[in-house]
Amino acid sequence: MTAPLLRALDLRRDYHMGDEIVHAVRGVSLDVHNGEYVALVGPSGCGKSTILNLLGGIDRPTAGSVAIDGARIDDMSDADATHFRLMHVGFVFQRFYLMPALTAMENVELPMAEAKMPRAERQKRARDLLAYVGLAGRRDHRPSQLSGGEQQRVAIARALANQPRLLLADEPTGELDAKTGAEMIDLLGQVNTDGTTIVVVTHDEDLANAAKRVVHMKDGVVVDDRLRASR
Amino acid sequence: MLLRLAWAARSRHRSRTLLAVLGVAVSAAMLLDMVMLSSGMRASFKNLLLSRGFQLRLAPKGTLPFDTDATIPDASGVAQTLRAIGGVATISPVLGGQAHVIRGDRAVSATALGVDPQVQGDFELLSGREPHASDEMAANDDFLNAAAAKIGDTVAVAAGYDPQLRVYAGRLTLRVVARARFLYLAAGQRAIALPLATLQAMQGPASADRVSLFMVRAAPNVNVDSLLRRIQTAIPTVSAISTETAMRQVDERLSYFRQLALILGVVSLAVGFLLVSTLVTVSVNERLGEIVVMRAIGVAKRRVVLQIVLEGVAIMTAGAALGLVLGLGTARYLNSILASFPGLPAAIDFFLFEPRDAWTALGMLVSAGLLAGIYPSWRGASLPIAVTLREEAVA
Repeated sequence: MTAPLLRALDLRRDYHMGDEIVHAVRGVSLDVHNGEYVALVGPSGCGKSTILNLLGGIDRPTAGSVAIDGARIDDMSDADATHFRLMHVGFVFQRFYLMPALTAMENVELPMAEAKMPRAERQKRARDLLAYVGLAGRRDHRPSQLSGGEQQRVAIARALANQPRLLLADEPTGELDAKTGAEMIDLLGQVNTDGTTIVVVTHDEDLANAAKRVVHMKDGVVVDDRLRASR
Repeated sequence: MLLRLAWAARSRHRSRTLLAVLGVAVSAAMLLDMVMLSSGMRASFKNLLLSRGFQLRLAPKGTLPFDTDATIPDASGVAQTLRAIGGVATISPVLGGQAHVIRGDRAVSATALGVDPQVQGDFELLSGREPHASDEMAANDDFLNAAAAKIGDTVAVAAGYDPQLRVYAGRLTLRVVARARFLYLAAGQRAIALPLATLQAMQGPASADRVSLFMVRAAPNVNVDSLLRRIQTAIPTVSAISTETAMRQVDERLSYFRQLALILGVVSLAVGFLLVSTLVTVSVNERLGEIVVMRAIGVAKRRVVLQIVLEGVAIMTAGAALGLVLGLGTARYLNSILASFPGLPAAIDFFLFEPRDAWTALGMLVSAGLLAGIYPSWRGASLPIAVTLREEAVA
């Protein structure tokens, strides 16, 4: 068995709410191998998004560790973790969070510019990525000129900009209607088929059913973790 | 990309950005004017003193030039002693007094300067020629207008008037040969210049061989301070003042202006700083989601800070550029008002533009813009990503 791409060991995350301590995640361990498509599901407040944030290094665990491709992201300095995310992790958010002042093309270029990719190269890749997500004709549109589904496609293209091995998505269909959501599910399936490992947090049964593996959480712990039988 | 984002962020709220730029422009104009005021009068006065190349002025002992009616006796002897001191290139004697030009049944009073036309440093000719002959004079436009005279006219001039006997003393007929601009006189002050000997003769025995002032030009490469010391030693009956000494005295007299300029300049800078700081803070608070997402997707904190700081600097720079034009216009207008400030030469500029002033004001404003952007941008870029995203989602 090869080493996992993502390894979380006994992750815990506590929040202080006044005098009270909220245990959002209570000792979660998770291995995700290269090429997997994992859905984290569970009721609201069970700690799914918190786990995703910890896995991506945008939050720090109270205890435990997270390693991506052998690199301990929880131990890195803020600057190192930021650079690691830039090069190795793609993020997709429920609310898209595109830069409203930039065009679709520029939004996709942003992480590549940050990674100091030459202009011509990044523009070519941004065009290719927008074509990949089906938005070749919408390159020069700003987010306000795009539908929700189109914005989420741009967000996926942006997440794939620096060819990360791991894509983390938090409720990517949460703001979309059923039809657009279904298209998004197909797109994520395609991204996974093309080699990117995906961990997705969702309430959407269709999206969870599209994943190869479903991890059920409740009250901050994993209560079930199984591969889907048929795909 | 960073510049593009900064520009895009500012373009998103055009009217707000425009208002901020205008606010900074007003503040910049005020700052520039205050910087110009704090150094302008001094520089202008120095330029004026050195405009004809005379670095030393000799006044009667214990007085400043033309501060009193006192005169230096034995002027020819003093001049001879001066010539004997090594390093003196030019000596320009000046006698001051009053002149009354009688035109029909009325008289026009004016300041009269007796000068050596060969070396005089008190006026510039606008038209005509120097008054070399003993019956010639130059006059400024204020005098010519008041006396309804022009070049070529002859006028009856008296050097004194006895109000009890109602008679003019020292009367002489002089011919106007030049229009002149007098360098050290106040705006609107009527003035004539005539040969020194003529004025001495008109003023009578009391002014025989007397002058109010000697202006001295040092020879090239001569140390002026050293020359000043030698003159004071050789001629103890005069007070020798170098341009530097005069500037020190001017500095003392102008200290109120400089303090006022400093306070108002600091206030202007503070207003600009607070304006940009407020705008950047509001802008950061509105874009917390965008900022933390940039951090989440891997944009370095220092680049996020730099982008926001650039926004502040851009506003300050645009405002400063606009303020430069506004400030120069305001300075010109204020100069025209203050040109008639009592007791000061009309040639003095209160607000003297020097490129260094503009750079100083611009540098201070850009620095203020930089500082104004640093705190809010650092605060925004340092927010915990996950928590902020959750709060943004809830909001």
